Amino acid sequence: MMRVFWAELSRDLLIAFRHKGDFLNPLIFFLMVAVLFPLGVSPAADFLAQIAPGVLWVSALLATLLSLDNLFKSDYDDGTLEQLLLSPESTYMISLAKACAHWITTGLPLALMAPLLAIMLFLPTQAIATLVISLLIGTATLSLVGAIASALTVGLKKGGVLISLLVIPLYIPVLIFGASAVQSAVDGQPVTAYLAILGSMFALSLVLAPFAIAASLRVSVSS
Amino acid sequence: MNMPKKQLMPKWFYQMASPKWCYKITGQLLPIFSCTALGLLLLGTVWALLYAPPDYQQGNSFRIIYIHVPSAILAQSIYVTMALAGAVGIIWKMKIADMVAYACAPIGASMAFLALITGAIWGKPTWGSWWVWDARLTSMLILLFLYFGVMALYAAMGKPSKAAKATAILSLVGLVNIPIIKYSVEWWNTLHQPATFTLTEKPAMPVEMWLPLLIMVLGFYCFFATSMMLRLRTEILSREKRTAWVKELVTKS
Repeated sequence: MMRVFWAELSRDLLIAFRHKGDFLNPLIFFLMVAVLFPLGVSPAADFLAQIAPGVLWVSALLATLLSLDNLFKSDYDDGTLEQLLLSPESTYMISLAKACAHWITTGLPLALMAPLLAIMLFLPTQAIATLVISLLIGTATLSLVGAIASALTVGLKKGGVLISLLVIPLYIPVLIFGASAVQSAVDGQPVTAYLAILGSMFALSLVLAPFAIAASLRVSVSS
Repeated sequence: MNMPKKQLMPKWFYQMASPKWCYKITGQLLPIFSCTALGLLLLGTVWALLYAPPDYQQGNSFRIIYIHVPSAILAQSIYVTMALAGAVGIIWKMKIADMVAYACAPIGASMAFLALITGAIWGKPTWGSWWVWDARLTSMLILLFLYFGVMALYAAMGKPSKAAKATAILSLVGLVNIPIIKYSVEWWNTLHQPATFTLTEKPAMPVEMWLPLLIMVLGFYCFFATSMMLRLRTEILSREKRTAWVKELVTKS
């Protein structure tokens, strides 16, 4: 079981590493969206500091959302996905590995780049650690849940907007607790409760989402 | 050794899987439900608007509750119905269950929309604004988004059998998410009054007020059953149009 997981994970990571655009594009998008807020709303430091937790979380969410489209697309187009599903290996593990690879190539870099944007948006420094931790846990949930929608729409010609439509309602709880964690760190309040809830949502999706991803992939591959 | 196949569910459950039988039985049920719906809704509306006492704080404006609460309850129950029908469709590969789920989605979306609209109209005199970012309003809005997602996925998928499976998965994922969404927004911000009806406690309002409300809720359920069966029957006919019994039915009438 674990052998399949590692094989699939290393394959996906290798492919992502060879096509650097796959993980650079969401990062650049994250940077650009965060830059739009000072330009569009106000560059005043105290105002930006106030909206920074929400802006950073929303931008990270949108960056993850845009990267979902490619999650299964190339494997579907060249027939790899069909072969993976036909193989006797556990589709649960394959789905988990794919979502995991997606997180390593989008969520992880996003969380690591967040401090830079946090400084640009004048987020108080005591909240930066919470921002990174909440993004690390939260984007993992986003990848797992997003993979379901990506798997459902992979066979469709116009998947892009549809994915957002399917996934945004499911992302709302993660956004609420992620942004609240950062906000309460800004206010000097304890953050463990928020992080614990983010963690429990992650645990739930870690266990359940691969079933839904595998079932959705089977539907999408079927004629 | 060959074991006799054990039936997991009652006989009617398996009979329901036959489109022909289902068409027949819904044809018999339809007049019962539509008459009950009409009677209950008429009785409830007249009682609610003319005879129920006005609220001691909100005066007559509270009467919109008789539309607002039933539609909000229905929006949630229809989602559950849709997701469970989808699950039955996946587990037993039952075409009728797929069609029930398909029939539910637009009705549920319109109920959620009705709940939001009546909420906004009620919010204006009571809270002083059309919209507030309150937990219950937000979760109803998210429920509407979930319905939109399901309907968009139906529209995007070509083949009905494939669309049914895909939307069933999506609505089941949504079903797991509904309690999470509900509690997360509730923790996030609350202004709305607590639920009017709970199964465990006595309602806080006097009997002359909640009895018509109960009648309206039941009337809405019957209305939902009626419109769902109408949509279901149309769907059965259109998907089974190549079968002999549909041809016979159409040529006969």
